[in-house]
Amino acid sequence: MHQKTRRKGLGKLLALTVIGATSVGASAQSMNDVQKVAKDRGLSTADLLAAAKTYTPSGVKDDYIMFASGGHAGQVFAVGLPSMRILRSIAVFTPESWQGWGFGVGNEVIAEGFPKGKANLWGDTHHPALSETGGDYDGQFLFINDKINARVAVIDLHDWETKQIVKNPLTVSDHGGTFVTPDTDYVIEGGQYAVPWGYEYAPISEYKEKYKGSVTLWKFDRKRGRIDKDKSFAIELPPYWQDLSDAGKLASDGYIFMNSLNTEMATGGIEDKNPPFEAGASMNATDFLHIIDWHKAEKLYQAGKVEMIEGFPVISLKTALAEGILHVTPEPRSPHGVDVAPKGDFIVVSGKLDPHVTIYSMAKIKQAIANKTYSGKDEFGVPILDFDSVLEAQVEVGLGPLHTQFGPDGYAYTSLFLDSAVARWTLGGSYGPLSPEPDWTLVQKTPVQYNVGHIAVAEGDTVSPDGHYLVSLNKWSVDRFFPTGPLLPQNLQLLDISSNGTEMPVIYDMPMGVGEPHYAQIIKADKLDPWTTYPGVGWDPHVQNLEPMAPKKGMERVVRKDDGTVEIYMTAIRSHFNPEHITVKQGDHVIWRITNTERAVDATHGFAVPVYNITASLEPGETVKIEFDADTAGTFPFYCSEFCSALHLEMMGYLMVEPAD
Amino acid sequence: MPRFLDCIIGPRVDQADLQHHSLRYGTPGFLLLVARVMLLVSLFIPYWQMDLVAPQYPENLHLTAYVNQLSGDVEEIDGLNHYIGMRSLNEAAQIERSVGVYVMIIFVVMLELASWIHSRWAVLLVLPAILFPGVFLLDLHLWMSHFGQNLDPSAPLSNAVAPFVPPVLGTGTVGQFKTVAWPGAGLWLAAAASLVMIVTLFFHRRAYLPLLKAQRAEKA
Repeated sequence: MHQKTRRKGLGKLLALTVIGATSVGASAQSMNDVQKVAKDRGLSTADLLAAAKTYTPSGVKDDYIMFASGGHAGQVFAVGLPSMRILRSIAVFTPESWQGWGFGVGNEVIAEGFPKGKANLWGDTHHPALSETGGDYDGQFLFINDKINARVAVIDLHDWETKQIVKNPLTVSDHGGTFVTPDTDYVIEGGQYAVPWGYEYAPISEYKEKYKGSVTLWKFDRKRGRIDKDKSFAIELPPYWQDLSDAGKLASDGYIFMNSLNTEMATGGIEDKNPPFEAGASMNATDFLHIIDWHKAEKLYQAGKVEMIEGFPVISLKTALAEGILHVTPEPRSPHGVDVAPKGDFIVVSGKLDPHVTIYSMAKIKQAIANKTYSGKDEFGVPILDFDSVLEAQVEVGLGPLHTQFGPDGYAYTSLFLDSAVARWTLGGSYGPLSPEPDWTLVQKTPVQYNVGHIAVAEGDTVSPDGHYLVSLNKWSVDRFFPTGPLLPQNLQLLDISSNGTEMPVIYDMPMGVGEPHYAQIIKADKLDPWTTYPGVGWDPHVQNLEPMAPKKGMERVVRKDDGTVEIYMTAIRSHFNPEHITVKQGDHVIWRITNTERAVDATHGFAVPVYNITASLEPGETVKIEFDADTAGTFPFYCSEFCSALHLEMMGYLMVEPAD
Repeated sequence: MPRFLDCIIGPRVDQADLQHHSLRYGTPGFLLLVARVMLLVSLFIPYWQMDLVAPQYPENLHLTAYVNQLSGDVEEIDGLNHYIGMRSLNEAAQIERSVGVYVMIIFVVMLELASWIHSRWAVLLVLPAILFPGVFLLDLHLWMSHFGQNLDPSAPLSNAVAPFVPPVLGTGTVGQFKTVAWPGAGLWLAAAASLVMIVTLFFHRRAYLPLLKAQRAEKA
């Protein structure tokens, strides 16, 4: 008993000391100081609150990670939320010298995607898609499309590195991708501009006959972390310029929803006094929402009901219609997003020239398909589901609705390009009771700066949206930042959507001066489990396994073969390469293998060779193989290009290429 | 039985006496059993720990020494040590680490034997095990001073760091690193076993000295 009291007393004393310590700290810095700074800098209470919601002290990690496309930078960017700090770029289609991507490593991956074998060294990344299990992000893989050359890349989220690029054999450009089916069985890539397939030539006068639309279903082999081209197929679609798409889930599992832009099949020609594309393709009041039954399509493919085009299996439009896997229904013209609600029961379409979002009911779509409730057929014979019989609701949200995301609380959010605002509105049906406002009504419009394209809500396109944060990916920043010459950064704005009703403030402006993110997905950080070093020394990231030929410590050597090949087995560790002298003869073919034998986190080494245009980033444990022809004689100091240690500058060696006689 | 052997194993206790004073004669044997178990268990527990604290290692670098192995960030510490020309940690105390477990088993056998010996010779069998924790630390210290004072003069930073001896217990400084070393639970256990053995010797003396004296008196 006595002891207990003593311990209590000690506890009290400790508590007092702690309080004393904090009050000492507080007296040094008080809220008065905060107020003084706020006054000096002209900050309002709302500003201070926004700062408090977003400021992330040193060492504190973000709650969410956003993967944003990089537009014509051809990369992906990872951004932490709520701090809105760029964590890193992930090189995909465009060579990137910090990661060494395309300068010795990743060259084969980039080359896989060369259209017609032509070295296209950039990409136009648009819509990233995180891999999903049961319709929820699982944090394993990330897919990204390239609009300019219709390619799809696979990024492994163990090491955040691109593993594969597949080139679509049919279409030249894509935009309706990437989207994954709920268990990532398929990565969907919808084409964009109609073309004669396989890079054929056809005059534009033969548009309706020769030009085609498509959707490609790339089979994903999760175990191998690769798209399996041999199990992938495409479906022929009318030449309507298919656009954004989404995979159905839960109530709509098995369906793909895909917008289209040019159901007029306008062919432009402003120089000949024809209506330009912008007018010709906007003539009709409605375009077509494509509704594709991919479960059935998969069965058709497996049953061999395909044509081989460019060596790729394609379900022809004729087969698609005969088997009833394709329907369309009118949608507001110039649509962008088609977004499936969390339970899969509603499909939201926004057309930029219609102030409403249009909500379709999956139940009604299924019924209309079953009852053949058609309002007609298009000129290719595609049945048009009667608009009124599949419509659930229309909500007037404002001008230029573009893309919709969902919250956990019965709200949907739609970007308004022309209004430069983000609208919050309520869903009806079973979501109705979740929000205090009546069903299908506009609740709030928060202005954003300016010209918002896509928006991203934390896990906002999954079966269980998190809400909390919304990022508005604005195309123009105009006056938001110091003018960086005539090329201004994009403005990514963070909105706090954690409160109900009209409370939905912008709390951070993030200039993105390295690319133009189109779409982004935001995943809870704890769903990701990235490696901080490669699992073993001698790891080849391209195959995600130990490379038997990787140089090992103590086994460094230079091997000259009779055929004029020189094989270099080199290790890198703070602060030296081994070997340091490499002598070859002009004309030799050099196969240079290097292993970073470090095990410490962040002990990355670079490997850079002048003239030969080589730079590689070697993360701890990584091994790389770089090949080149030593065609230029001379003395070339190579060095570690990543400041690794106090003796980093000394981490170098000489490549000596003896002139041929 | 030869006389000298007789002399070593000391007087035997007769059955009646043993039953009568089971506590007196049983205690030394029991305590030695406890000490043996403690020593054997200590083989699986770290004997010595060292943290190397520096700004760029927020979670510190760590070394753990067992009787038979070194573990922790050995590779990273070796990598850093190459700058100052220190030899690889695994080159230190190779013999000690390779025989450590056998030595410990020999100690256990010696303690087993000691519980059968009722003369002062028992002290000789117990003494090495008593001294073991101290010898362990002394050996560690000698290796550390040997390594710290024999740096490769051709190393990159050989003239930037003067030869040094990091304290085998407590804190020291090497370059930007603060070293903090402390005994591991294994060493504490071995030290506790030493204490038990010392106590054993007291009870041993109390049990068998009277018998020895009686024997001598009888002979005289």
